Amino acid sequence: MASITFIEHDGTEHAVEIEPGKSLMQTAIDNGVPGIDADCGGECACGTCHVIVEGKWISTTGSASEDELQMLDLTPERDDNSRLACQINTSEAMDGMVARLPEFQM
Amino acid sequence: MTRKCIIIGASHAAAQLTISLRQEGWDGEILVIGDESHLPYHRPPLSKAFLSGEKTVETLSIRPAALYKKNNVQFLQGRVTAINRNKKTLTLRTNQGGVDELSYNKLALCTGARVRQVKLPGCELNGIHYLRDLADAESIKSKIAEGQRAVIVGGGYIGLETAASLRKLGMEVSVLEMAPRILQRVTAPEVSEFFHRMHTEHGVRIYTNSAVAGFVGNGYVNKVVLANGTELPAHLVIVGVGVVPNTELAEAAGLKVKDGIVVDDHCVTSDINIVAAGDCTNQFSKLYDRRVRLESVPNATAQAKSAAASLCSFHKFCDTLPWFWSDQYDLKLQIAGLSHGYDEVVIRGDQFSGRSFAAFYLKEGQLIAVDCVNRPQEFMFSKKAITEKAHIKPERLADDSVPVKDLIFDTERNTQ
Repeated sequence: MASITFIEHDGTEHAVEIEPGKSLMQTAIDNGVPGIDADCGGECACGTCHVIVEGKWISTTGSASEDELQMLDLTPERDDNSRLACQINTSEAMDGMVARLPEFQM
Repeated sequence: MTRKCIIIGASHAAAQLTISLRQEGWDGEILVIGDESHLPYHRPPLSKAFLSGEKTVETLSIRPAALYKKNNVQFLQGRVTAINRNKKTLTLRTNQGGVDELSYNKLALCTGARVRQVKLPGCELNGIHYLRDLADAESIKSKIAEGQRAVIVGGGYIGLETAASLRKLGMEVSVLEMAPRILQRVTAPEVSEFFHRMHTEHGVRIYTNSAVAGFVGNGYVNKVVLANGTELPAHLVIVGVGVVPNTELAEAAGLKVKDGIVVDDHCVTSDINIVAAGDCTNQFSKLYDRRVRLESVPNATAQAKSAAASLCSFHKFCDTLPWFWSDQYDLKLQIAGLSHGYDEVVIRGDQFSGRSFAAFYLKEGQLIAVDCVNRPQEFMFSKKAITEKAHIKPERLADDSVPVKDLIFDTERNTQ
């Protein structure tokens, strides 16, 4: 199975199956991965599905919209590879990808 | 014998509670009792993307069936009619009409809120709808027809979101508001004016200072009559005049209820074995130094996490910043904090001609809330600044040439 690994802030790993087309946020929610709140259900309205995509995978996730960048801009724990998981559509090409979760979602 | 936690109500708070209970280590049974046939689903899209057809029922589920199954969470359709706290049992009326008694060790009340109904002549006519659950939304959807007239009673968020969705689908839409302006209860006049202009530009007719006297029709509504005698033809009426928390069950069981089920900082009710979360609760807010009852998904989720910890005998303090969102046309409204009690409003951007601005609410110089229209950066900034009780100079907030990022430095200087 093609999978993505979420790593919680305390190091706990969750490898979950990719269902192509589903957002990265929904993939985490549907598999009960803690650390992604997704308060708004995927509307790019809350900034509570912040993930930090591991280096080499960032290009696979596509580019962030202006709205997403603005939401991320003031997020604590912001990193160069920060994304909102609700704005990433998963695909088979992400097999093996690692996404780290921040300590807090705000 | 394994311990059993029963959750009454099956919406946002319940969905989060089931998952959080397992994450906190609850190894007993989990049973969720709800009166709808669906698994917990996202309610906010009902007046927005679901109504306008951009989202289907399948995409509304909060968590998939497989996850509940994996976490060994049971669902039961029915209605709880009584709680006996001494015996730790509850009375259940099943959908088939049977009555059952169930025992619990721990209980969670996630009973939510129901729509406030209008009692006016003709209110029983067909074609008059409310919007709270999926069945309501589906029933409204089945009556949407291009070119026909919809009259919306209530110029609050639900009414305005519905107006936008129906306009998108080509209906002729009128909104009736009793107060002198729409959104009066929740926003500053500047924000009301902005949304009034937006809806008018999109072809919605807004009638303020307009109370409804009644509805006319022959079995099916065809007219709405205003208090001043004006008659508006209608094929479809949607009433959105607020909600009432479902507290009767708690009250009858002797729990403390005051504008919602009273809970402590850890979402525990006046009975140590019973927690409550979501729209039905009333909790003290440290930030605002008063008790609040919030109608919001993020609050339901945050309280559910705290409640789950309490049920597992941990303490997870619940005092998160309230926030809300609304989508109308291409406008994304993000609200942080509670503006009640503000003494100054500062506008950043142009609410008279543009489609993007922020309204900051200050109280004695302290930022207490913000309404952001297509201004995600101001929203994120405000979430932080409100939590930190920041004082920011109004002229800096109002100056659109000052980057939002630099406002943070103002905050830091002020809090030092």
